[in-house]
Formats: sequence, structure tokens, C-alpha cells
Amino acid sequence: MSTTSATLSKLSTGSAESGLAEGWLLGRWKTMLRIRRAEEAIAHMVENGEARCPCHLSIGQEAIAAGVCAALDASDTIWGGHRSHGHYLAKGGSLEGLFAEVLGRNTGCAGGRGGSMHLSAIQHGVPGTVPIVAGTIPLAAGAALAYKMRSERRVAVAFFGDGALEEGSVHETLNLAALYRLPMVFVCENNLYASHLHWSERRLKDNLDQAGAFHSVPGTRVDGNDVEGVYDAARLAVMRARTGAGPSFLECRTFRWRGHVGASSDEDVGVRRGGELAEWLLRDPLARTEDRLTTDLARHLERHRAAVDEEIRLALESARTGPEPDPERLWSFVCAS
Amino acid sequence: MRQLTYAQAIREAHSQLLAADPRVFVIGQGLWSPWYAGGSLEDLDREYGRTRILDSPVSENAVTGMAVGAALEGMRPIVFHPRLDFLLLAMDPVINQAANWSYLFAGQGNVPLVIRAVINRGAEQGAQHSQALHSMFMHVPGLKTVMPATPADAKGLLLAAVDDPNPVLYIDDRWLYGVTGDVPEEAYRVPIGEAAVRRMGSDVTIVGISWMAAQALEAAEALAAQGIDAEVIDLRSLKPWDQSRVLESARKTGHVIVADPGWRTAGASAEIAATIAAEAFHDLEAPVERVALPDTPAPTSRVEEQAYYPRPSVIVLAVQRALGHRKLAGACA
Repeated sequence: MSTTSATLSKLSTGSAESGLAEGWLLGRWKTMLRIRRAEEAIAHMVENGEARCPCHLSIGQEAIAAGVCAALDASDTIWGGHRSHGHYLAKGGSLEGLFAEVLGRNTGCAGGRGGSMHLSAIQHGVPGTVPIVAGTIPLAAGAALAYKMRSERRVAVAFFGDGALEEGSVHETLNLAALYRLPMVFVCENNLYASHLHWSERRLKDNLDQAGAFHSVPGTRVDGNDVEGVYDAARLAVMRARTGAGPSFLECRTFRWRGHVGASSDEDVGVRRGGELAEWLLRDPLARTEDRLTTDLARHLERHRAAVDEEIRLALESARTGPEPDPERLWSFVCAS
Repeated sequence: MRQLTYAQAIREAHSQLLAADPRVFVIGQGLWSPWYAGGSLEDLDREYGRTRILDSPVSENAVTGMAVGAALEGMRPIVFHPRLDFLLLAMDPVINQAANWSYLFAGQGNVPLVIRAVINRGAEQGAQHSQALHSMFMHVPGLKTVMPATPADAKGLLLAAVDDPNPVLYIDDRWLYGVTGDVPEEAYRVPIGEAAVRRMGSDVTIVGISWMAAQALEAAEALAAQGIDAEVIDLRSLKPWDQSRVLESARKTGHVIVADPGWRTAGASAEIAATIAAEAFHDLEAPVERVALPDTPAPTSRVEEQAYYPRPSVIVLAVQRALGHRKLAGACA
């Protein structure tokens, strides 16, 4: 048994029985599969014109959302960006709410106001995901400050891409989070590209894991396609946050299989990264998890796949019947009352 | 009634808010300094502790963003920017995030945040320490903006701003800090969006914003000596602004001067003048006059500052121009 599995077993019930860890792993696999299938469905709707808003897919990156959110309590909050379908789903947001939002229906998780880039599931700890790069990182710190001031044992997680590290507010927030010992975790999903630019076109050194160190926020680099590894790192970071030891920074290395925005790969906009993609396809977080399941659990995978597909089908069907907003609503919610 | 200075009134509002509501906290630059905020926050850290009065690093963007996040999670933060110029470093959390949030998520989640920023000009501080940028924020849906001109309003508008479920930009003016006035001791609210008629008059309406409301009152006294009876309206709230009170007065006097402490082009005075022209056109006897800053950055030298900032005499001249139209019309008839 690997060190990782041993840690997980201990965590589950204090027993070293591997079945519990495997059950846990199967659960994460299902979370990742739901994200994958949901985004494939969205990609399909982008292609056929049904979905008109800009959609940024995280296919290939699912292990980060699934691993980090597995380390969180229901009352913890996550804050995301433009590529946050996976975060929203992993934290408990509904499939139907996501699809209806992408389709601009009243029944969407943001009431049809947000589209793909603005998702919300407050009751599940997703106050909002918004597409200004790094925009929600200070907000997550503010949430963490609120929990700390009220002596609540809650944690706020900021999800962001490698491009966000180029924004000044991240560095401001790292310092503030350390200074105020905020119960917060910075999760950098480093998929190597910010839109069409490879990291080496934006930075001299491949050292994002050190971004927090200067500000006294400890950082670590994790294989972002290994859901167990992500979970282990996140669990430690969340524990640090929850016990008052302050913030942590996780750099999760990964790769998005699709382009920056839309359904297709980047090839169509002149980004030639086909060779890289072929390599990363071999590191598929879902396939890697399947490989770790014993034959006993693995033989049920087809049944689980069918169940997820059916769940997606029903959610889509329901989302499509949702009403579109009445234009009269244009003036609603400018201000809260 | 008890008299307080404008700065003391701001401090009292903070103190009453902090005492009454554990959700209220203050974060920003200079909060532990006895002089940084001109006495308007003096010793609050000693009274309420440094975990609720957070003198922050110089990180306007993240500090403001943190206040937005804390507000979303149920706190009632007041984020303090000792100069309005510094708030420019926090435009994303204010405009992209706070102002849009309620709308973006169809009312799920709101941002009960007060952003306090100070117009702090003069004394040869120059272009980056002097700007009155309120009009830029007036442009943004979802963001309220208030600008008190008296000690009583400085207190009552801050209390109202913290009560409001929306982001409110509270802009106070350092030039008003020493002004004294009646301030009730109890906690009271001045409704956001309601202007105050400071002086009743029948010949001309002067709509003043913040510091310029105080200048307008001085101008009205000078005009009275010339036999001109001016009505002075202190706008108090820039967004929403009290259109009905301003239009009512415009219809009564037929002559309006808008006195704005900011720049002229695309400024608050332009919006107010355009609204009056559209809604009260047939009652106007003269074009709406605007008194505003010249479209130049703030100068540094004392000599240039004196030429730059309009004094009451500039308002008097504007009134005379407006009334000149009436006399001319009378002569033709």
C-alpha cells in the first residue's frame, strides 16, 4: 500500500482497512466523472449553438476540484473564476443549476444572470465564481477574515489559474492572509497556459510553488492529476487553516485538454500544443484513478458510468425546459433591498 | 443642541456602530495613527481593539477585496482609504465585484460594504493627493455614493451606509473636518438619496455637492446682500440623487446653478444639469450653470491652487450670469 493510501485509510475511520480508502477513491472518481461528463455535455451545446455564453472547460483538470473539495466541510467556502464548473460541482452545486445557467434560464444557479462564468451555490459554500482573473482571491481572504473574527472553524479556498499569479492582488492577498493568519487555502491550478500563452512566455522560472514563501505562506507542488495526492495536500492545508496555523499555497500541476474557451482544442486559434496534449492524455486523472481501484470495485464502473450519464441526461432535459428571463427583469437586483 | 466638528461626528458614528454591532469592523490605512485620518478615527483601536480596527498594509486592492468578501459572508466592514486617489488601486473589487454582485447572481448574496474615501486636497499636495473622483463612481450601477457636507450628515449618513445592504461609497472632505454643527447624541440615520434644503429662496437654486454645498451657503449670503434670494440644496447623496427635490426647486426658481467639487467634463454637474434640462425645460428661464473644477489635474503651488478651486465668489458670478438671462428676457418683453 502506498503512503497515500495508508494516510487515507487512517483518515477514514482510523482503521487500516483498504476497502474504506477504495470506497473513498471511488467516490472521488464519480465526482470527477460527473465533472467530465457535464463539461462534455456543455462542449456539445457550445458546438451546436445551444449554449451561447463563453464556456471555459476544465476537462483534464478534474482531480484538483475533486481532491480539494473532498478535504472541505459543507460549511467551508470556495471561490472560483471563469473555469469553475468543476469547483461548483465538486462542492455540491447541482447539475441542473449548472446546465440551466449555461443556457441562460431562470432556473440556473445564478438565476440565468451569470452564464458559465458566474456560478453560485450559496447553500453548498459556493458564494460566487467570477471571471476577473484573481478577482475572488481577496474575496476569499475576506471570507476567511469573517470566519476568524466570528471564531467559526470554517475555511475559505481560492481556486485560480497560473495566470492569476501575474496579478498584483494575489501577492497583496498572500501577505495579508499570512499577516492575519487567515483560515484560507490558495489553490493554483497550473495548467501551464494562460489563455494561449505558455508559462515560459510569461515567466522566466517555473517556480509558482514558491509564490507564497516570500509572504510567509508555505507552498507545495502537487501532481494535479492525482486526486489522492491533491487530497492529501489539501487536507494538510485545510487542517492548518482550521487549527489557526494560517494559510497555505498549493500549486497543482495539470493540463486542460480543451482550448482556453469553447469546445475545441487550442489548435484552431493557432496554439500548437498537440504533442503536449498527447502526453497529458496519458495522465488522465480518471484513468489513473480507475487503475488504482481493485477489480472488485472496478467491475462496477460501467454501472456507475451509466448512472452518471443518466443523471446528466435528466439534468439537461430539465434545464432545457427552464423558462428564459422576462426582459422586464432587466432592472431587478441592481441593488439589494 | 450639542456641537461637534465634522471629524468628531464621523468618529462618533464609527464608535456607535462598533458598539452596537459586532459585525462592524474597520480596515484600511492609518487607523492606528493619531493624525492619518484627521481625528475622525482617533483612538478607536484603543476603544474597540486592534482585531476590529485593522490598520492594514498598503494593499488597497486586496484590502478592499477582503472587505467585499467579509461583507458577502455577513460582516459589515468599513474599508478606509485616507485619500480618494488611493481608491483607484481598488477599482476591481469596488466596481467589478461589489457593485455587480447582487445583479450577477440575481439577488443571491449582497455586499453590505461601506467604502470610505477622503477628498484631501490643498496644501500643495498636487495631482495624486487631491482628486475628487466621485463622478466616476456615480456612473456605476449597483454602487451608492454619499457625500456629507455637515457634521450631522457626516454621522447620519455613515450610520445609514452601514445599515444599507448594498455597497456604499462614503466620501468625506478633509476641508470640512473642522466645521462645527449640531449633532444629536443618539444614533440616527440620514436617508440615502434625500437632499436637504439648507436655505429657502425664490430667485435661484444652487445645488451644492459636499464642500461646494458649504460654499453655496456663503454665496447665498453674499447674494442676499445684493437682493437676490437663493435657495441652497445640499445634495448629500450622489447616487441615488434626489431628483424630485432638485426639480421642484428648479421649477420654482427657474434658475439653477450646480456646484460640484469635481471636474466639469462628464462630471456629476453634467448629469444633474442634463436631468434638469430634460425634466424642467419649460420652467427654466436660463440655461443651467455649472461651477466645477477646470479640466486639469490639481496643481501643486499655492498660487495655482487658489486659481483652481472655486470660491463662493465664483458661484455668485454664475448666479449673476443665470439671472442676466432673466433680465434680458424681461427687457425684450
